[in-house]
Amino acid sequence: MWEVALIYGFINSVILALTALGFSLTFGISGVSNFSYGAMYIFAGFASWLLINKLALPFFVSAAIAVFLTALLGAAMYRFVLLRVRGLVISEVIATFGVGLIILELFRYFGFSGFEYTLPVFSDGSLLIGNTYVDYQRIWIVGVGIALAIGLYLFTHYTKIGLAFRGIAQDEHTALSLGINSDRIAGLSVAFGSGLAAIAAILILPRGTIAVNDGYDVLINAMAVCIIGGLGSSVGVVLASFLIGYAQIMTDILSGPHWKMIISLIAILVILVVKPSGLLGKQKELEDRI
Amino acid sequence: MKQKRKERIDRGIKARSDDVFSLNSFREMLYVAVPPLAPVLLLTILPLFLPSYWQKVLISTCVFALLAMSWDFLVGVGMVSLGQALFFGVGAYIAGVSNKILGLPIWIDLPLATVLGGVICTVLLTPVLRLRGVYFSMVTLVLPLMLERIIEATGIFGGTEGITGIKAFTNPFVESYVIIFVTLFALFAFRRLVTTDYGLVLKAIKDNDRAVMSVGINIYWMKAQALFISGCVGSFCGAFLTHVYGFVGMPSFALDYSILPLSSAVVGGMGTFAGSFMGAFILVPLSEALRGIGGLRIVLYSFFLVVFIVALPEGIFHYIQRKYQQFERWVEVDK
Repeated sequence: MWEVALIYGFINSVILALTALGFSLTFGISGVSNFSYGAMYIFAGFASWLLINKLALPFFVSAAIAVFLTALLGAAMYRFVLLRVRGLVISEVIATFGVGLIILELFRYFGFSGFEYTLPVFSDGSLLIGNTYVDYQRIWIVGVGIALAIGLYLFTHYTKIGLAFRGIAQDEHTALSLGINSDRIAGLSVAFGSGLAAIAAILILPRGTIAVNDGYDVLINAMAVCIIGGLGSSVGVVLASFLIGYAQIMTDILSGPHWKMIISLIAILVILVVKPSGLLGKQKELEDRI
Repeated sequence: MKQKRKERIDRGIKARSDDVFSLNSFREMLYVAVPPLAPVLLLTILPLFLPSYWQKVLISTCVFALLAMSWDFLVGVGMVSLGQALFFGVGAYIAGVSNKILGLPIWIDLPLATVLGGVICTVLLTPVLRLRGVYFSMVTLVLPLMLERIIEATGIFGGTEGITGIKAFTNPFVESYVIIFVTLFALFAFRRLVTTDYGLVLKAIKDNDRAVMSVGINIYWMKAQALFISGCVGSFCGAFLTHVYGFVGMPSFALDYSILPLSSAVVGGMGTFAGSFMGAFILVPLSEALRGIGGLRIVLYSFFLVVFIVALPEGIFHYIQRKYQQFERWVEVDK
C-alpha cells in the first residue's frame, strides 16, 4: 500500500504542478491572476476533441493546434478585455472570472457532457514498477511535466522573450525604460499561461472524460498550489504540489476520494494562518497580502 | 461658422438638500425627494397587482438585490468576494436545520439564521482577514465549493438529497412584504452607514489600510465587523429563500448566488448601494423574461459583467446620477 501511495503520490504531484504552472507563470510575470484558467484547460480539451472527431485530424496535430488556439484565446482575452483594466486588481479578477464562466457555461449549454468526450492516450499499456502497475499515460505525464519544467527554466533564463518576462516581473517601469514593451510581454505571458493550461489538459484529460465541472476543480487546484507555494514562486509551486499531491493521495487511501478536494482547502487555511505569504513567497509579502 | 459646445453645470445638490433651502419650492422638494421615494413607492405598490408568478420573480429579485448590496459593502472595505454563495448557503442551511430538525417557527429561525450565519461566515473567513485583493477572492471562491463537497462527502444535513418539507410562509403578501421591507431597509441603512464616521473608517481601510493602522485602529477587527454585517445580510437571503422554496440542499452553494450579485453590482455601479439595487432589478427580471435561454443565464450575466467592467466601469447608477445632478445645454463658442 505504501508503495502505491509513493508512486501515485508522485504522479499526482506532477499533475498538480502541471496544472498550476501556467497560472503561476502568468501571475508571476504580469501580476494578472487569470481566473479563466480552468476554462482555458477545458477549452483545450474540447478543441482537440473536436479536431480529432469532427475534422478527423491525427491526435498530435490536433493537440498542437489546440494548444495554439488556447494560447491565441488567452492573447485575445488580454488584448480585448484585460488591457483596458490592467492594474485594477478588482476589475482584472472580475473580468477574467467572467470570461472563464462564459466559456465554461457555453460548453455546458451546447451539451458537451457525456462519456464520448474522451481524448486518446498517447500510448496504451502499462509498466510494472515494483508491484504496482502504472499505465504509460501517467509515465508520459511525469516525463513531459519534468521536461516542461526544465524547458521553462531554460526559456526564462536564456532567451530574449524569457528574459523580458523576468524583466517585467522584477520591475515593470525599469523594463519599460530598457525598451521592453510591457503590454506586449504581459499579453504574451497570459498567452503562455493559457498554452501551458492546454498542454496540461492534453496530457491529463485522457485519464477520464472531459467534464465542464473539471474546469472549476482545475482552477481551485491551481490556486491552492499557488497560494501554498507562494504566488509567482516556481520552486514554491513544485514544493506545494508535492505537499498537496501526497496529502491528497494519503487521504484518498485512508478515508475515501470525497475528502481529496477538502484537504487542499484545509492546507490553504493552515498556510494562511501560519505563513500568509506562502511557503516560499517572499516577493511583495507586505505590500500585497497582509 | 458658429460653433457650439455642450456646457455642464453641477446643480448645487448639497446646498439644496442639506438645509431649509430645499423647501424653496415644490420643484426643489420633488428634486430632492423623488430619487429616494421612487423605489419605496414602486416596491410597496408592485405586490398588490402583480400576477403570482411575477410575485415570485419580485421576491428573488429582492433577494439578489440584497446579496448584491452585501457584496458591494464588502468591496467598499476592500474585500472582493467571489463567493457570496457562502453566506447564502450557510444561512439557508441554518434556517433549514433549525426549522425542520429543531422545529423552530419561522419568526424565530429567520433572525437566528441571520445572526448565527453572520457569526459562522465571519469565523470561517477569519484566517483570510489578513489577506488583500486577489488572495481574498481566491479563498472566497474556493470556500462555498468546498462546503458543498463536505456536505456531499459526509452526508450531513441530508447530504445530496437536501432537506425538504420546510415550512413556507402562510400568506403570500406577508412573504413579499417581509423581503421588500428588509431590502429597502438595507438599502437606506447601508447608504447611511457608509457616510457615518464608522463607514469612513471602513472606506479608509480600502483606500489605505496602512494609514488606518497607523492611527491606532485595529483594521482586522473592523474587517471582521464588516464581514459580520455582510454575512448577516447574505445569510438572511439564504434563510428567506429556504422558507419560500421549502427546500435546502447543495444548490444553495451554487455559483448563481456568487455571480449574479456580482453582475448586478457591477452593472448598476459599485460603491453606491442604489447601484446594486438597480442592477438586480434590471438583470433578474431580464433573465426571467428571457427564460427560453435556460442554461445561458450564467453566460448572460458573465457577459454583462465583462462588458460593463471593460466599457462602462462606473455602472448605470453613476451615469444616471450625474445626468440628474447636472444641467446640460448647448452654448455658442465665442471667438
